[in-house]
Amino acid sequence: MTRTILTIENVSRTFPGVRGGAPVRALEPTSLEVAQNDFITILGPSGCGKSTLLRIVAGLDRPSGGRVLLDGREIKGPGADRGMVFQSYTLFPWLTIAENIAYGLREKGIPKSERRDIVASYTDKVGLRGFEHHYPKQLSGGMQQRTAIARALANDPAILLLDEPFGALDNQTRALMQELLLGIWERERKTVLFVTHDIEEAIFLASRVIVMTARPGRIKADIPVELPHPRHYTMKTSPEFSQLKAQLTEEIRAEALQADGAH
Amino acid sequence: MHRPLEPVSYSTRIVLGISFFVLFFAAWSIATLGGYVSRTFLADPITMLHDGWMLLTRFGFLSDIGITVWRVVGGFVIAAAVAVPLGVLMGAYKPIEAFLEPFVSFARYLPASAFIPLLILWAGIGEMQKLLVIFIGSVFQIILMVAVAVGNTRRDLVEAAYTLGSSDRGIVNRVLIPANAPDIAEILRLVLGWAWTYVIVAELIGSSAGIGHMIIDSQALMATGQMIFGIIVIGIIGLISDFLFKACNRKLFPWKLA
Ligand SMILES: Nc1ncnc2c1ncn2[C@@H]1O[C@H](COP(=O)(O)OP(=O)(O)O)[C@@H](O)[C@H]1O
Ligand SMILES: [Mg+2]
Repeated sequence: MTRTILTIENVSRTFPGVRGGAPVRALEPTSLEVAQNDFITILGPSGCGKSTLLRIVAGLDRPSGGRVLLDGREIKGPGADRGMVFQSYTLFPWLTIAENIAYGLREKGIPKSERRDIVASYTDKVGLRGFEHHYPKQLSGGMQQRTAIARALANDPAILLLDEPFGALDNQTRALMQELLLGIWERERKTVLFVTHDIEEAIFLASRVIVMTARPGRIKADIPVELPHPRHYTMKTSPEFSQLKAQLTEEIRAEALQADGAH
Repeated sequence: MHRPLEPVSYSTRIVLGISFFVLFFAAWSIATLGGYVSRTFLADPITMLHDGWMLLTRFGFLSDIGITVWRVVGGFVIAAAVAVPLGVLMGAYKPIEAFLEPFVSFARYLPASAFIPLLILWAGIGEMQKLLVIFIGSVFQIILMVAVAVGNTRRDLVEAAYTLGSSDRGIVNRVLIPANAPDIAEILRLVLGWAWTYVIVAELIGSSAGIGHMIIDSQALMATGQMIFGIIVIGIIGLISDFLFKACNRKLFPWKLA
């Protein structure tokens, strides 16, 4: 067992009710340990608190109870040590692709020449060479999300957080993006926490799948994925994959039914 | 027939735009030259152009135009220099907004023209008074509109910047300001248009030079041709400044169009 880099300790979140309504309990006390170099996917029906949990880890939201430790230090707010890729396209529209990727480096005060080299290397890794001087609007959704991944990675965070980053993409593009992200991970072994509601995506990418219950969310199952690396998309039709998929489909189905019944 | 929202070609747009001016002048010519409206009240287009030419060549109207433009630009630049930073701060920091917003919202409805008599008392009828009228008329509008624009900055962009290591200062300087720069430029363009109204009113009431002063002088002489020429000159200058502003914005913010 490798070193634990991220510890989520009894983290819960209750949103105050709007206009006198009842408070919304989004997340039950949740605990999770993330080992260095792990690729963890968090799988759950929508509305179960996945984004809430990830935003708390990012420091963009505060837990109502519990705490999150990164390398033993408690998280108090957002910081460059936790890179984040959002589901919505969050590239800065006034910056070119290269300037977007360089954003965090500039905030850190890294000199221009060094910045240029890092940007060039990540532009290559996400296959965007030739688009450095384009503006985000001129790029497809898939290309924008690749830029967002490069922007987060260029900052060299201790952990990469992704909140359904491919959720708005069409199926073909999504499959390519999964392979691209996995390829980068297989080479660099950056610790990743990846939120999704797509079962195949959760299995294909992960070394560990965390299944969450319907709202209020809590961890229901923690399933290791032993499939070998490097993974190829053909793996999605292998018997081992199908078996995992069947297992997870059952878990999620029960939750989706419950979530549906609750409304 | 044209469908709703269907675009027109560039040349059609130009032709249609010009034809309205032609129609307008034609209607004016028929009304005046055809004798339907008394010359005392409305000069015909030809008299107007003739009077205008006389104004420009004989009566030094160009320097009046120069003075008015100088006043508008001066007052407006001072207002913008004060209001844009304040608006950004108000939009970014909610306590500052809570502190200033009620007063600014109130002050915004104080008509600048109603201040003119008071300002004459305080500052005489010199340049200071003109600048103050424009300043009062513009500054609160700009503050409030800039604050609203900045306050509506996409939250996810701000959050993304935080996760990339931006400090609070970094958020203001490298997210809030660039994200809203085109909107701020658009606000300035709009308010500059209003500033023109204030300066003319100020010149009508108490002034010894400027376009407004020429118009009020011409009234005493019943020179409707000159008055109309003055008004048209204001319109043309407005059109030019609008055009320049738009051209600048296109140059400065290519990402908006990309
Ligand atoms: N800022 C908020 N205020 C109130 N309720 C919220 C807020 N954010 C999320 N919620 C509620 O918390 C629950 C979990 O949301 P979220 O974490 O976004 O779910 P997921 O990402 O799994 O779809 C949802 O029911 C949502 O309505
Ligand atoms: Mg979500």
